This record gives sequence, structure tokens and C-alpha cells, in this order.
Amino acid sequence: MVEPLLIIDRLTVTYPGRGLRARPFTAVRDVSLDVRPGETVGLVGESGSGKSTIGRAVLGLAPVTSGTIRYAGHDISRARRGEWRKLAGDLQVVFQDPYSSLNPALTVETILMEPLTAGGVPKREAAQRIRGLLDAVRLPKDSLDRLPREFSGGQRQRIAIARALSVRPRLIICDEPVSALDLSTQARVLAMFREIQETSGVAYLFISHDISVVRTLSHRVGVLYRGRIAEWGECAQVTERPAHPYTQRLLLAAPVADPIRQARRRDRWLAARSNTIPQPR
Amino acid sequence: MIDRKPPGPDTRRRSLMARVLQNPLGAICLGYLVLTILAGFMASSISGHHPNEVFPREIRLGPSAAHWMGTDSSGRDIFSRLLHGTLPTLRDASIAVIVASLLGTLFGLVAGYFGKWPEKIGTRVADLLMALPGLVVLLAVRTVVGPSMPLMMIALGIVMSGGFFRVVHAAVLGVRNELFVDAARVFRVSDTRIILRHILPTVRGPAVILAANLMAISIAIQAGLVFLGLGDLFAPGWGNLLNGGFANIYIAPLELLWPSVAIGLTCVIFFLFGNVVRDELARTGINAAAVARGQGAADGNARHRHDPAAADEAPTDGQAVLGVRGLVVGYPGADGRVNRVVDGVDLRIARGEIHGLIGESGSGKSQVVLSIIRLLPEGGRIVAGSIFLGGRDVVRMMEREMDRLRGRYVAYIPQEPMSNLDPVFTVGSQLVEPMRIQLGLGRRAARNRAMELLEQVGIDDPKRVFDSYPHQISGGMAQRILIAGAISCGPTLLIADEPTTALDVTIQAEILELLRELRRQLDLAVLLVTHNLGVVADICDKVSVMQSGRIVETGSVGDIFADPGHPYTRALFAATLDDAPTRAPYASGLIEANHG
Repeated sequence: MVEPLLIIDRLTVTYPGRGLRARPFTAVRDVSLDVRPGETVGLVGESGSGKSTIGRAVLGLAPVTSGTIRYAGHDISRARRGEWRKLAGDLQVVFQDPYSSLNPALTVETILMEPLTAGGVPKREAAQRIRGLLDAVRLPKDSLDRLPREFSGGQRQRIAIARALSVRPRLIICDEPVSALDLSTQARVLAMFREIQETSGVAYLFISHDISVVRTLSHRVGVLYRGRIAEWGECAQVTERPAHPYTQRLLLAAPVADPIRQARRRDRWLAARSNTIPQPR
Repeated sequence: MIDRKPPGPDTRRRSLMARVLQNPLGAICLGYLVLTILAGFMASSISGHHPNEVFPREIRLGPSAAHWMGTDSSGRDIFSRLLHGTLPTLRDASIAVIVASLLGTLFGLVAGYFGKWPEKIGTRVADLLMALPGLVVLLAVRTVVGPSMPLMMIALGIVMSGGFFRVVHAAVLGVRNELFVDAARVFRVSDTRIILRHILPTVRGPAVILAANLMAISIAIQAGLVFLGLGDLFAPGWGNLLNGGFANIYIAPLELLWPSVAIGLTCVIFFLFGNVVRDELARTGINAAAVARGQGAADGNARHRHDPAAADEAPTDGQAVLGVRGLVVGYPGADGRVNRVVDGVDLRIARGEIHGLIGESGSGKSQVVLSIIRLLPEGGRIVAGSIFLGGRDVVRMMEREMDRLRGRYVAYIPQEPMSNLDPVFTVGSQLVEPMRIQLGLGRRAARNRAMELLEQVGIDDPKRVFDSYPHQISGGMAQRILIAGAISCGPTLLIADEPTTALDVTIQAEILELLRELRRQLDLAVLLVTHNLGVVADICDKVSVMQSGRIVETGSVGDIFADPGHPYTRALFAATLDDAPTRAPYASGLIEANHG
């Protein structure tokens, strides 16, 4: 059995309320999951279900109220910035919005160099490495001295992926990385994610609201509902034979591109709609 | 997914300085400043006189060939004194601005970036500084430090740094939570570097504008202080000239004019310069990303012929609710040519039909929709074609007639429900208002109708929702309210631009169900713009596929989904993930082998 790379154990994230009378808000409650090396774990849920908060907590961008996050054997849930850097330096991220996740004022070269030089890689070697990265994400060679706004959404997301790959991470948190992309671009970027995983052995914690996206890439899937994990298991089992009523409803609500099958699904969705969903424990 | 704004002027890749110089006003301002400073350096050679050289027989003379601006009460050359006063005045004013900007920027960055206690203390101190009466402080400083202008200017700079802090702090707050800052944190970039590389550049614009304005103010205050006699009266400066001129105002009024003009003009130039910088910065704001995308869509890709049979149908057909023919929409391009974002679109929708318009971002589908309701953004215009709504051509209609059609014949549901509700007004008042204007209903009748509508769109507690403000309701609820508003004036055609894209799948299913129900009840025709093939399969009768400003294929949903004819349509279907296989189970052995 392989030792998991990331272990999240009973994670709870509570944001303090703003103002005097506001109550604190618990975004994530008692969530446990693990990611093994080279594995993709999908997290699916609707807006406000807490899926992005889990990713942010792993990255040290959201406060961990209780529970632990262990990465490569070290507890990083309450690590200070400097410590976190040492322990989880090879943890990376690709955000949803390829428009705001790249600094518009910097050239692609500077954007790609930054994590490398910050990690102490010599300039010459860094420059060499980013040239290889451009190949890996299939961006033209002359991209380096251009600005992010000269690229389309799909290309920008490739830049973001290249930036994440530059430090040879073992785990990348992917927070809705294809949600802002067109259908055809989305398919290409997903194929790239998969290819990179197969060649480099990187693991993904893949967060998305779109169950069909999660399904194609994940080995295991967690379904989040109101800050808790409603269902957790092997991808095929969760997405094809879901046990939890919420998962079933989520699956049925997504329309398929076939009028005849969709009409049948809609009838089943209408029937399932009236059932109440038990709050997961 | 989101159709961005149409192409604008091409402003990429040019430095701010170059752009300011290309702006005529900016060039004038900079030219004036450079000349003024040069004149200050070459004061002696230009004027030909020493500023303190006395011409005993030429006291208080008017302008002449020897003394261009005349002489003062001691017989000294005013022009020479004015030129020699330039550099000291500008230097003193710069001291204040530099102190203010250094302090304000430093503390603004630290407070904005780190938040917590630095932010609290910084804000309080800034408030305190802004509440201080500047002149009184300077008077106090003067009594303590004596007539040293640089020290007083440093004090002025400290007082003004409060305002600077505020501007910088606000700018930092704007970017502090941007994803690229989060990304840099994850990439182990140090805080100092994040501030210098990622945050400082965004602060640059507002800081330059403010500094220019403060420069103008400082010049006025510096001159004012000297004028009041608080500075060193023997040091050259514009304030001294002002002081001397004032003493002779009744004898030689012209003497006061020269320093006043110099001070006034320089202040105005600094203010104008600030404005030019602001305008140039605002111009880059129009989403340059969209420019790139929009242009790619308009001029790239092979052109495709659309089905000629569809175009042959008469657009004025009595059955058609909407008949679009040969529609061309253009935007002015960078080189003066018209950029066609919609290029010859035909569309026909019959009564009670739900027609899907699909395509990827930049294909021009939103532009078609905005043409139909004649709400194209700035610069966009219908270059050719006709749009018949109920037998009348919208393209040639007066704005007033169009106003009557909106809401009553054609209604619109936008993509982002939340940003289309005004946060200041209750949901109810936003529903009631259009009905009172369009249908001429009384207050009570409109209110009752609004309640009915809310119920009709499936809101359980219409009374409570009627009195709620937009921030109190969810996104799905907001979209229901917008749909209620859209059907409130009894339209025949409903145009929905990506009505479910911003919503969760479960809410999307509910909204689609609602549209289906409304179509049944009201016999509505719907033009549904979407990029989601599943949505089309779910609700549409007919579908048109759009690519690069053209419709490449039109037909019934059953036909096209069963047998897509155009390669682009087939490519779209191939990209759906509906039937993509799930991932093979995790095999650890392989990974270990790969990883070594």
C-alpha cells in the first residue's frame, strides 16, 4: 500500500463573523480525505459547498479551525509562512480564473521564473527549465516576452499550469481550472492534465462544480454538500452508482447533449426533486 | 464562456509615459514642465541680468526691451528674478510631495498588504493627519524650526501623507485578494517581493495622479507661506515676488501679475498632467484580454457558408416572432477598418418556439442578441441587414418606438442575475417600476401583479421576497426575479443570454423547468443563448450553431443532435464529456515505477 501524500483529517474551517453581531461562518466541517502520489482526487459540489475552502486550507490560505492537514508526513495545518514553505514547498496551485491569476503587468517569462527564483534556482537553469515547460504545455517559443493579455483563456490557463509545474511539484491543487474555458478548449486542457500526470507522476486535488469534468480525470471522488462530505469513494462507483440522494440529484440535474436521453433524465430528476436530502453527518 | 466586451482601441504594450506623450494635452503639459525647469537652470543666460542686480534709475518700470517684465521697487529685473525663483519654488514643493508619497506609499502598502494592526494604526494616523488644519501646523512648525523652507515643506509633506496613505491603501485593498497575489504566496515568493513586484505596479497609477495634484497644491502653499513672510525673504522664489508685488499693488499692478501667472499656470499644468495620466490609465482598463479574443474571432478561422435554404424564407412571414436577415455588426478596429463580429446572420423564430443559439466565446452570439434589442455597447453598430420583430424592422426604428417594444414585445434575461438587480432598491420596487411605465398601471395594481408574477416563477413566499434587497436573496432566486420582470409586461419573445451559466446545476435544472412551464402557459417564443449542449438538448426545439460571426448550421434539435452536418458542430459534440470514460482505477505500482 502506498503512503498517502496528503492526509486531511477531520478538517473544520470557520471564518470569524464580520462586525460585532455577525456569527462565525463554518465553511467546512469535519472533512477527511487523502491523496496518494500520482493520484487524482476530485472534489465536486455546488457553490458554497466548501470545496474551494478545502483547497485553500491545504495551501495555507484559509484558517484551519480544527483537524489536521498532513503533507508528505508533516503537519502543515498550523505552520507559519516560513515553516510552511519548507514543508510544503513542492505543493502547487492552478486557479479557476486565468484572467486574474496571472499578474497582467508581468511578461510570461517573469511569471514563469518567479517560483523558480523564489525557490533559489539559479537564473540560467531556471531559464532553461521554463523553455522545456512551454513545450510541455504546447505554447509557442515566442510566448516568453509577451504579456498575459495577449493570450486566450485556454492559453493563459496553460501558462498557469506551466507555472505550477515549474518547481516539479508532487501535488497540485486545481481549483476549477477549466470552468472558465470553452468546451473544446476544456477538453484539450483536461487531456493535458492527464498526460502530465502520466508522465510526471504528479498528484491532483481537483476541485470542480462540474461532475462530468471531475469524472474524466479522477481516480476517487468526494461529493461535498454544505461543508461536509456527502459521499466518498472510487470514481466509477460515485459517479455511476451513487448511494447518497444528493449525489443522485446532482448527477441527474446536469443535462446531457442528447435530446432523447435528456428527456428521460429530466423525468427522473423531476421525480427525485421532491425528495428531501438528509444533512450528512 | 463569458462573452467579453467587443474590441476596443489597441493599447497593449506601450508604456504609460509613451501614451501620455502621445496625448496632445499630455505632450503640452510635459513640454511646459521641461521648458520651465530648463529656464530655471539657464536663468542667468536667458534673462541676461543677475536677480539682485540693481538698476537705481530704473525703478518700477514697465516691460521694455531691456527688462521684459519691467523692474521692481528696488530696480531689479523681474524676469530674471522670476526665472531664478523657478528652481527653488519647484524644489521646495517637490520636498513636500516626495515626503508625502514616500510615507504614504510605504505605510499604505504595509497596511493594505498585511492588514490587522498595521492597518488599524495606519488608518487612524491618516485620519488624524487629514483632520489637522495644515496652515496652523505649518505656523507652529515655523515658530519651532525658524524660517527654514525645506523643514517646513517636510512638515507639509507629513501632513499630506495622510491623503496619500488613503489612496495607496485603497488601491492595495483592491488587489490584495487577487488570485495572482495568492498564487505568488503559494509559490513561496517573499512578502517584500510580492509587494514590490505585484502590488506596487497597480498602485503606481493612482499615486502618480495624486502626486501631480499634490505638487500643484504644494507650489501654491509654498508661495503662500513665503508671501505671508514666513519663509526666508531674501531667498529667490515666486512667493517673494508675490510679496514684493503686493506691496506695490496700487503703484505698479503689473508687478503682481508675473508671479501670479507663473504660479497659476504651473499649478494648472500639474493638475492637467494628473488628469491625462488618469485618462490614459482608464483607457487600458477596457479589458485588453477581450480585445485579443474578440479580434481572433473576427479575423481568424476559415469562413463557412451557411445553409442557403434558411435565408430564402421571408423574414416578414406572419408566423415569425423574430426574423433576422443578413445581420452584420461591426466595431471600429485599430487601423480604422470595421471589425465584423457578426457577419451575415439569418435567424427565424416562430411563435412558441424555443430556439437555441450555441457557440463558443467570441463567436458573436451575444452581439446578435444585443442587436435585436438595440443595446449594442459603445462603438458597435449594425452595418447591414434587417431585424424584424412582429413584422417591423428594428434596425430602422426610432429610439422611442424601440423603447415601447422593449419589455412589451421583447424581453431580456441576462447572464449574471445578481449584477442586474440594483442593490439600493427592494426587489419589489424594481418589479413594479417597469410595469407602471410600460403598462401605465397604478401603484396598487402593479404591486398585486408583481406578487402574482413572483408566485408564477415559483417563489414560495412572494411577500417576503418583494420586500427583500438583492443581497438578501440567492443567485437562483435572483434569476427567478429577473424572469418575473421579463414576463411582467407580457412579451411575445424572451431573449435569454446564458441564463443559467452562473448558476449551480441543480438551480439550472429548476430555471430550465420554469422556462418550459412559462412557454406552455404564455406561448412564449424564447431565444436561448448558451454554450452548453446539454441545455439545448434539454429545452430547445430548434438550434443554430454559431462560429466566427456566422451561423454554420440551423435545424431542429432532434436532427442536428442525431446527425450534425457541419464539422464545427461535430467538433463541439466531440468535446462534450458526457460519455467520456471514467479514469482507470488508481494503480500505485505504475506510479512508483514512474517516480523512481
